[in-house]
Amino acid sequence: MIQIENLSFGYKRKKLLYKNLTLNLEEGSIYGLLGKNGAGKSTLLKNLVGLLFPTIGNITINGYSPKKRLPAFLQTIYLIPEEVNIPALTIHKYMHLFAPFYPAFNKEQFFSYLGQLDVKDQGKLNTLSFGQQKKFIIAFALACNTKILLLDEPTNGLDIPSKIRFRKLISSVFDNERIIFISTHQIRDLDNLIDRVVIVDNGSLLLNASITEIAQKLCFKTMSEIDDKSKVLYAEESLKGYSVVMENTNQEDSKIDLEQLFNGVTENPAKAKAIFQ
Amino acid sequence: MDFKENPAIYIQIAEYVCEQILLKKWNLGEKIISIRDLAIAMEVNPNTVQRAYDFLQQREIIANKRGIGYFTEEDAMDRILSFRREQFMENELPVFMRNIYLLKIDFKEIKILFDQFVKDNFKK
Repeated sequence: MIQIENLSFGYKRKKLLYKNLTLNLEEGSIYGLLGKNGAGKSTLLKNLVGLLFPTIGNITINGYSPKKRLPAFLQTIYLIPEEVNIPALTIHKYMHLFAPFYPAFNKEQFFSYLGQLDVKDQGKLNTLSFGQQKKFIIAFALACNTKILLLDEPTNGLDIPSKIRFRKLISSVFDNERIIFISTHQIRDLDNLIDRVVIVDNGSLLLNASITEIAQKLCFKTMSEIDDKSKVLYAEESLKGYSVVMENTNQEDSKIDLEQLFNGVTENPAKAKAIFQ
Repeated sequence: MDFKENPAIYIQIAEYVCEQILLKKWNLGEKIISIRDLAIAMEVNPNTVQRAYDFLQQREIIANKRGIGYFTEEDAMDRILSFRREQFMENELPVFMRNIYLLKIDFKEIKILFDQFVKDNFKK
């Protein structure tokens, strides 16, 4: 379990990116972390692995404090950064050097994932294209079998078949003992994988809810006219009238549109808070 | 897999399972694809497929045999039809009727086309 308590963080002490953020993440879910550019999504992930330290507040992950960077903790967590930077090593050299840090690393899985993502052994890794390097790291990270997997914009740089492979891989490795936390702008790449949505904006947490809870409380539909504006969280004009996100007072079972949800929650945080209380 | 705009994904997955049975690709009383494998095939979260299977269990269309997997119920056909009819009437029929009305199409014409469609596609 990841417990973030009253986290404040800023790269400069006077300019805080997060103010008093409290958030718990539990095993058995794929969390989607959504936020605008500069909202601090990557910063939050770096705080979780101990690459950055909270200015105020505490982070506890399965009893460990990330900022202490204990090996016993670091072997249970993996962060795939948005920009990967791989040294000039071959696949085998890389594995021999880095896999020993992760006791649950599985070599067979590693080569199977590489095959599925179509990464070939072609000399030194730093000569591969950005997308290939990224897929290499994804394969390595998944083969480490860490309890916690953090992914920062994982689909950036992936071609169309690789995105499909990636979704299938995530769906195959996910289980009830793992936390997978994915930060992304590319919601459409991942929307059916995510089963809990975390939205951050202006330094605070606006939403942490499961897909089931969101579908219970909100309804997503197209209407020719909006009759009761007080219930609407978000509306946009579309070809067929208005696409609206509104309070689900009639217990409708609609398909969630994460883009509309995101717009509604960030434009109207007070109303969203009231609905999800 | 491409999902439609509505209804909820787990309902669409439940519909997919029923569709396989109606099309006789899957047989009644037999074991069906596991939650994990269906999630991978559809690129969705396994929890969503779990929810679809729970839903189908509640409607007594499939049953969980502990340790073995999910099976379709031998006598599920009526319940499958009633579930699919409900979904059709609720989601697909209104769109169809709206267009018939707006385009001033005669029901007699529809009937002729319908008979031809059945002949072409289902009656051998």
